[in-house]
Amino acid sequence: MLTLISDDWAAVWLTLKLASTTTAILMVIGTPIAWWLARTRSGFKGLVGAVVALPLVLPPTVLGFYLLIALGPHGPVGQITQALGLGVLPFTFPGLVVASVFYSLPFVVQPLQQAFEAIGARPLEVAATLRASPWDAFFSVALPLARPGFITAAILGFAHTVGEFGVVLMIGGNIPGQTRVVSVQIYDHVEALEYAQAHLLAGGMLLFSFLALFALYTLNARPPKA
Amino acid sequence: MKSLLSYLLAGLVFAVSSWVVHAAELQVAAAADLKFAMDEIVEAFRKIYPDDKIDVIYGSSGKFHAQIQQGAPFDLYFSADIAFPRKLEQQGFSVGPTRSYAVGRIVLWSNVRDASQMTLADLADPAIRKIAIANPHHAPYGKRAEEALRSAGLWERLQAKLVQGENIAQTAQFVQTGNAEVGIIALSLALNPVLAAAGGYHLIDDKLHEPLEQGFIITKRAGNNPLASAFADFISSQESRAIMIRYGFALPDENAAQ
Repeated sequence: MLTLISDDWAAVWLTLKLASTTTAILMVIGTPIAWWLARTRSGFKGLVGAVVALPLVLPPTVLGFYLLIALGPHGPVGQITQALGLGVLPFTFPGLVVASVFYSLPFVVQPLQQAFEAIGARPLEVAATLRASPWDAFFSVALPLARPGFITAAILGFAHTVGEFGVVLMIGGNIPGQTRVVSVQIYDHVEALEYAQAHLLAGGMLLFSFLALFALYTLNARPPKA
Repeated sequence: MKSLLSYLLAGLVFAVSSWVVHAAELQVAAAADLKFAMDEIVEAFRKIYPDDKIDVIYGSSGKFHAQIQQGAPFDLYFSADIAFPRKLEQQGFSVGPTRSYAVGRIVLWSNVRDASQMTLADLADPAIRKIAIANPHHAPYGKRAEEALRSAGLWERLQAKLVQGENIAQTAQFVQTGNAEVGIIALSLALNPVLAAAGGYHLIDDKLHEPLEQGFIITKRAGNNPLASAFADFISSQESRAIMIRYGFALPDENAAQ
């Protein structure tokens, strides 16, 4: 009976940890960005929207290359992290989190933005006439109404981070328990001609990805309330 | 009407002639440590066969092994570890026997300190925070790096500092970008002009690890591609051997290799 070896379990656990951390951070920073994008009339809307969407079209190698240079000891971000006594980020778990936040940003911001846009200005105006403060209106009106958007954003952000490979390969350094995620572990099994181990993990990834999307499309397919 | 026909005919003749002249195409899969040496060898080979199309794809030996098993369109496969082509030969993916073409060496290389004055023991220095090696699980140079560090009694102590490149070129790149202070890389890479200008190297005693014997095969699909056997012969020519030696490869003895 073929089973996952401990290295594989470590990779699975690390991947889940990376995806949860990234998703949590993205929900916190993605919500205000999406809110601003949905409501603003500023001329910068197109610019910010384009920057947020960049990871959708950029090859992961571009992101990986720039992150490796920028986060490294001679790079601008690397200089700052070293000055703060944090060391340098490549080859560390926090480094992967930073990379994943960039990489999965559009997958969280865009569903949220669409959800906020769908609410429209009317419910918030009503809330304002009822003397709700803007913060109160946001938390008690906009957030509940945008709930499907939050679910979509969380599932997509999580699943997309789990599916990350190119960026991790470029800045990860393949350290067990730190940066060796499932996608990299599969790659290593294939390189080492361990196809049986690769099949187990790859099959698991296929199943997970399908279930995530299945849940997403089932939730979204519910007929709108009359 | 007549002129149209003559145009068509001329086009056809041109197409056929260019096809005849371009009769031979060659796709070579080569391990990443060969990058600079093989570029020069191919350049020299092109001078003899100026009309033929020769492409070299560089990557990790293990990946090419798997791809050839799955029918990848490579005519020759130069592995950094002779065990890989031997396996393919046993499985019937090659024409003729696996040939040894070089023995690689590993070196300590750095662009932030003078590696030529370093020894393996210096790697324990706390000022060195990250050491790049190739993946010891599947990359031939990574396996030898692990063996050398184990022989030197440093493997366990250095665990927290080691970062792994997917192949030996990426390992060098981790050092080049400043993300690791030192790397254990191929001598052939340390000797290329760009890396050589950036830093010196320390040759690691080859008694500390198994030899990095490298081998190549002509794949089954190239069985009747004369350019493939011409290239295979060219590898053992004086010209190629001189290039390989310049990049720090030890060569199999011409008489003993067979």
